[in-house]
Amino acid sequence: MRTLRFLLRKEFLQIVRDHVIMGMIFVMPIVQLLVLANAVTFEVTQARLYVVDLDHSPASRGLVDRLTASGRFAVAGASPSRARADAAMLDRDVDAILALPAGFERDLVRRRHAAVQLVLDAQDGAAAAVTQSYAGQVLTRYAHELGATLHPTMVTVGARSEAPPVRGQPAIDVRRRGWYNPELDYRAYMVPGILVVLVTMIGSLLTAMNIVREKEAGTLDQLNVTPLPRATFIAAKLIPLWVFALVDLALGLTFAHVALGVPVRGSLLLVFGAAAIYLVAALGIGLWISTVAETQQQAMFVTFSLLMVYLLMSGLFTPVRGMPQWAQWLTVVNPVAQFVQLMRAVLLKGAGVADVARQLAILAASGAVVLALAVRQYRKRAA
Amino acid sequence: MRHRSPALVAFVVKELRHILRDRQTLLILLLLPLAQVVLFGFALRTDVDDVRIAFVDPAPDAATLALRARFAGTGRFHVVAVSSTTAPLEPLFRRGAADVALVFEPGFASRLADGTPARLLLVADVADPNTGSLVQAYAQAVIAGYEAELGAAGRGVRIELRTRMRYNPTLESVNLFVPGLIALVLTLVSALMTAISLSREKERGTLEILLVSPLRPWQIIVGKVLPYLLLAFANAVTALLAAWLVFRVPFRGSVALLLGASVLYALVGLALGVLIAARTTSERAAMLGAMAGTMLPNALLSGMIFPIASLPGWLQAITVVVPARWFIVVSRGVMLQGVGLHRLWPELAVLGVMLVVLMAGAVRSFKARLA
Amino acid sequence: MSAAIEAHELTRRFGRFTAVDAISFDVQPGEVFGFLGANGAGKTTAIKMLIGLLAPTSGTARVAGFDVVTQADEVRRRIGYMSQRFSLYEDLTVRENVTLYGGIYGLSDADIRTRGDALLAGLRLGHAADTRVAALPLGWKQKLAFSVALLHRPAIVFLDEPTGGVDPITRRQFWEMIYAAAAGGTTVFVTTHYLDEAEYCDRVSIMVDGRIAALGTPEALKRESGAATLDELFVRLARPAAAAQG
Repeated sequence: MRTLRFLLRKEFLQIVRDHVIMGMIFVMPIVQLLVLANAVTFEVTQARLYVVDLDHSPASRGLVDRLTASGRFAVAGASPSRARADAAMLDRDVDAILALPAGFERDLVRRRHAAVQLVLDAQDGAAAAVTQSYAGQVLTRYAHELGATLHPTMVTVGARSEAPPVRGQPAIDVRRRGWYNPELDYRAYMVPGILVVLVTMIGSLLTAMNIVREKEAGTLDQLNVTPLPRATFIAAKLIPLWVFALVDLALGLTFAHVALGVPVRGSLLLVFGAAAIYLVAALGIGLWISTVAETQQQAMFVTFSLLMVYLLMSGLFTPVRGMPQWAQWLTVVNPVAQFVQLMRAVLLKGAGVADVARQLAILAASGAVVLALAVRQYRKRAA
Repeated sequence: MRHRSPALVAFVVKELRHILRDRQTLLILLLLPLAQVVLFGFALRTDVDDVRIAFVDPAPDAATLALRARFAGTGRFHVVAVSSTTAPLEPLFRRGAADVALVFEPGFASRLADGTPARLLLVADVADPNTGSLVQAYAQAVIAGYEAELGAAGRGVRIELRTRMRYNPTLESVNLFVPGLIALVLTLVSALMTAISLSREKERGTLEILLVSPLRPWQIIVGKVLPYLLLAFANAVTALLAAWLVFRVPFRGSVALLLGASVLYALVGLALGVLIAARTTSERAAMLGAMAGTMLPNALLSGMIFPIASLPGWLQAITVVVPARWFIVVSRGVMLQGVGLHRLWPELAVLGVMLVVLMAGAVRSFKARLA
Repeated sequence: MSAAIEAHELTRRFGRFTAVDAISFDVQPGEVFGFLGANGAGKTTAIKMLIGLLAPTSGTARVAGFDVVTQADEVRRRIGYMSQRFSLYEDLTVRENVTLYGGIYGLSDADIRTRGDALLAGLRLGHAADTRVAALPLGWKQKLAFSVALLHRPAIVFLDEPTGGVDPITRRQFWEMIYAAAAGGTTVFVTTHYLDEAEYCDRVSIMVDGRIAALGTPEALKRESGAATLDELFVRLARPAAAAQG
C-alpha cells in the first residue's frame, strides 16, 4: 500500500506535466462535443423538389402548394421538361422530381382517381423513405379534402356545385407522439454516445500510450527489476487515468447540459457509477494493448483500430437494430455498446437501475474478464 | 526536372524495400482497410428491418384486429405486447423493448363505418430521431395502406403516388456508405502513414541526412510518398473489389474515372501527410495531428455517413476544405449515378487545386528547415 | 563465503538462434566484475537473465544466494540496476526520482530523506534537487542514475553499458564511484565495450558468439595470451567470429 502511494504520486506528476495529455483531457471534450454533436446528424431537412407539371390546373397547383406548405418540400425548379429535371438530379441540385401528368385534374373530377409520379434520389435510402412517407401523407390529406368537395359535375376543383356532397369516406386520423426527444434534436441523441467515446479514449488510449512510453524510455525495465509487485504497478497505472476519465465525463456532461441543452433525466449517481464500472474494461483494454505494442506509434495505431471497430459496432452512429443478426449478438459482449445503451436510457429516458440492470451486469462482467486477461498478459519477466 | 535522376530512382527503390521489409505494418496496411470495408459494410446500416410494436387496444373490434393483423403481416413489424391500457408502455420504452406503439380508441370500427375520423395515437421512441422518423414513416405507410384499402371499396377520392427510387432501388444504406468508405481507406494509408513515417525519420535525424544529400527537397518528398501512393492504390482496388463482390454495390460509371479520382485523392492525402510531418515536432504530435486533421474530418464532415445538408451552416462551410467531401461526390456519382467526367470535373478540379496548394506548402516547409 | 553471482550452463535461445550458449562463471562478493563482449555477443541477454527480466532456456543462475527463476523476488530486493538508458524519469525532478525509488525499495521516509540528502551532497547536486532530470547534462544523469541504483544499499549492482557517449573525465569520475561502492562491500557487475575500462576491473570475462572465451584477472589474461592490452586480446578473440560471419 505504501509503495502504491509513491507510485500514484509519480503517475499524477507525470500526467499533469504532460501538455499533450492535459490538452487531450481538458480540451478534447469541448472540441468533440462541439464538432461531433453538430456533425453527426441524419436530420432530414427539406427535400428539394423539381416540379414537372404537365397539367397546369388548380388541382395540380393545389397539390404542389400543399407539399410546400408541409414544410418538408421546397420547389427548387420547375419546367415542362422531364429531361431538365433528370439533369438537375444528376447534378445533385434536387432530391426529388414530381411529375404531374396532363389530365390530372380531369381524372380527379371524373373518375375520382389520379396518379402522380415521384422520383427520389435514393442514394440515402432512409431519407428517401422518409420523404416518400411525407409525400404520401400530404397526398392522402389532399385526397380527403377533395373527396369532401368534388363532384363529377364539377369542371374544376374548387368550382361551385349544387350537387349534394359525396358521403365521407373512411378516414383515419393519426396523431403522432414522439417520446424522449420530441424536438427530434439529434444532438440530444448523440451526446451520450460522444461522452462514451470521450471516456473510452482516455481510458484505453492514454493507458496504452502511458505504459508503452515507459517501455520505450527504458524505465519499465527498471521497474521490473525492483521488488515492486505487478498488481501495485498496474493499479498505479490505471487509477490516475480512471480518475481523469471520470473528471472528463463530469466536464463533458456539464458542458453538454449547460451549453448544448442536452437533457439529464436520470440519476447522476447511476451515470457515474456505470462509468466507473465501464472504465475497468476500457482501462483493461489499454493495458492489454500496452503488452503487445512496442512503440507508442504502434500503441496508438492498434488502439484506434480496435476502438474504431468497437465504436462502429456499438450502435453509436448507426442503430443496432439495423445490423445483421450476428452483429446484434456481438453487442452483448461489447462493453461500449452496453455503456452507450445505458447512457442513452438514463440521460434521455430517465431509466433507473432496474431498467438497465442487464447492461450493468454485462459491464461488470466485461470489466472483470478484460482486466484479468490483461493482468495475466503483463509479465515482469519475458518468457 | 526533365530527366529522372538516378539518385531519385535509387531512393524510391530503397524506400519500397524498407516498407516491404516491415511485414507487420505492411500486413496491417493491406488487410485493415479491407477488413474495415467488409465490417462496416455489414454493420453500418441505417435501415431498420425489424420494428417492435406494442398495441394498446381497450376495445378490440373487427377493424382494430384487421389493422393489427396488417402490421403483423408486413414482416417488418413484430408485435411485442398487447394490452388494454397505456400503463406498460413507459417501462417497455425505457427498457428499449419496443420501438413504437399504436393506441386505439374504443369504437374504432363504428367510426370508420360512419365516415367520422377514427383516431389513432402513434407513439414512437424518437430518442434516436433518425430511426424514430423512419419507424414512424413505416407505421404510417401501413396505416395508409389500410385506409386506402377501405377507401377503394368506398367512393372516396384517391391520389395514387407512384414512387421510383433512383440510383438505389433497394434503399440499401451500404450503397450510401461504401463510396465514402473508399475515401476513408485511402485517407488512412495516405495521410496517416505518411505523416508517421516522415515524422519518425525526422525524429531519428535520418531526414537531416537526406536533406544535406544531393537530393532536392521535392525529390525527397516524392521518393518518400511514392511507395505509399502505390499502397494506397492497391488498397483502393481491393476495397472497390470488396464493395462490388461482397456488397454488390453498383458500378454504373467508368471504373477508370473512379480509379483516377482515387489516385488524385490519395495524392492529396499524401501531401497533407507530408505537410503535417513537416510542421509537427514529434512523432506523437504527428500522429495526433494526422488523426484529428484527416481521419476525423474525412469520416464525419465529408458526407460519408452523415449528410452535409443536415449540418449547421458553419460546419457546412468547413466541409469545403475537407478533401473527402469532394471525392465522395465523385465516387457516388460514378458508382451510383453513372455520371462521367463532364459532370464531375468541378469536383476533380477542386481536388487538383488542393493538391497543388498542399504540395507547395509541404515543399516550402521542408526547404525552410535548411535555411 | 558464497558467491555473489553464480551462473551454471546458462543458456538462452530465440527460436533457432542461441544468444547465450551455456555460460558458467561466478563473481565473488565485493568484486568489480567486467562483462565484456562485442555488440551482439550476448552480454545484454545474459545480464537480463541474471536480473530476472528474461527467463533462461536452460541452465541456472543464483544471485545473492537466490535462484533467479524460482526466487526472483528475493533477488530483486537485493540488487540494483542501471541500464543503458539511464532509467530515471526525465520529467520528474532529481528529488522526486530519489523519493520514488526509495519508496519502491521500502525505505522509510526518514531514510529516504537522509540518504537522499547524502546522495545529492556527494554528487554536489544539492542545487539541482528540484530540477527536472531532462535538464541535466548527460554525465550528471548517469552518475545520478548510478547513485539512485545504490540508494537501497543492494548487495549487488548491475550496470549495463553505463558510460556510453560520455566524455573521458566523466568516465573516470564514474569509475571512481564504482570503486567506492566496491570498497563498501557492494559487488559490481558491469558490462562495457570500452576495453580500457576493463583494465579497471578485478576480473573480466569476454563473450564471443554467446560463449565465454576468456575469464580471469586482466593481468592473468594478458600474461597467458601474450597480448599487451586487453584490447588486443579482445580483437584476437573476436576476429575469427567476425570473419566467420563474413
